[in-house]
Amino acid sequence: MGHKHAHPEKAWQAIRTEAIESLLNEINVLTSEDIDKVVRHYEENVGPKTGAKVIARAWVDPEFKKRLLADGLAACAELGIGGPETELLHVVENTSKVHNVVVCTLCSCYPWPILGLPPVWYKSSAYRSRLVREPRKVLSELGVELQEDVEIRVWDSVSEIRYLVMPEKPDHAENLSEAELAELITRDHMIGVARHIHQAG
Amino acid sequence: MNGIHDMGGLHGFGPVEIDPDEPVFTTEWGSRVFCMTQVIDGLGVWNLDEHRHEIELMAPEDYLTHSYYGRWLFAMERILDRRNIVRREEVDLRAAEIASDKRQFTPVRKTDRNWPMSEDARVRWGAWRKEESVTPKFDEGQRVRVRNIHPPGHTRVTNYTRGKSGDIYRVNDQAWVFPDTRAHYQGENLQAVYTVRFDAQTLWGESQAEPNLYVYIDLSENHLEADQENE
Repeated sequence: MGHKHAHPEKAWQAIRTEAIESLLNEINVLTSEDIDKVVRHYEENVGPKTGAKVIARAWVDPEFKKRLLADGLAACAELGIGGPETELLHVVENTSKVHNVVVCTLCSCYPWPILGLPPVWYKSSAYRSRLVREPRKVLSELGVELQEDVEIRVWDSVSEIRYLVMPEKPDHAENLSEAELAELITRDHMIGVARHIHQAG
Repeated sequence: MNGIHDMGGLHGFGPVEIDPDEPVFTTEWGSRVFCMTQVIDGLGVWNLDEHRHEIELMAPEDYLTHSYYGRWLFAMERILDRRNIVRREEVDLRAAEIASDKRQFTPVRKTDRNWPMSEDARVRWGAWRKEESVTPKFDEGQRVRVRNIHPPGHTRVTNYTRGKSGDIYRVNDQAWVFPDTRAHYQGENLQAVYTVRFDAQTLWGESQAEPNLYVYIDLSENHLEADQENE
């Protein structure tokens, strides 16, 4: 259940927000047109498809993958990707024996330019409290069953360094193009709450 | 501060529920709050750590019942008031006028406030000061202990790691702002940030820790001390 359904009495927040926006317009701090543009940017231009492009490139180009693991943001910049709220990016790689998953227990730090804005569940008290203590259980509840011999690495990204999970390239994907591979990679794979890459057909 | 925002390890919050069809913004006002905050970030009205700390100052019961952007609204309103850019009573009046469908708002005076801000009063954004360099005190692989500190102000050292020992997995040797002091305008105190690797048993005890689990967390140099006993 989302917050807006849980707290219908909080419509006052819409009024207060409108009041502040109106005042900020009036004293020339910003214009509502500026805000419209930023809203559209986050709704239309930024999102997990960006991250999927980066991972798919790394799957097909071993040299790019090396550069991505060495300096995530510099490699993203090669693809024209970058933006606010990510100054340094570490890409962490899943293997058959390692699973990575990212959280921020203190607020909800997230690589905005690479994955867009975080979903409600990533910002939820349940995720932030539980992921560092019982990730195996949380992942299992989300349908990711990991054997005990798979090491779990939780990245609690409370500094200004951001993390992106590189899922394992699926087997038998040799005939898929880079663009087709990108279609298979979801936001949840790149946070680490999904593991298996589902191939259509 | 030891606040409800510092959630790592807490019990009682139930399952994680993923809505696969969630829109980018779940409320229209939330989208306005987020994007206004983004624009104001760029104007140098506040710094990142101060903004986070403002959220931490919410009463715990409010923190838990407000949505993410509800917390941002709280922080935006309080800092704008404190900076004397938009005062609380102005927001109260304008909100009352909006709520009663007034066509004409009572105008505000433009001269008796801290806007436009002078260039040198504007706060610099970002946390990595690329023009500066630092000399890290600790090395990769070194055993360190997280200082057992409980500062009442802003801090990024999580409660669940305090007093615990781990190994430095990575030295992020860039010049990073120290959030604990910048939040309170006590200087940027540039220093390295270390990715410290903890065995789950160290954090949660042998009986409760999940098997084959390691938690990596990025901590400022000031939050760490050498752990000679366990080296």
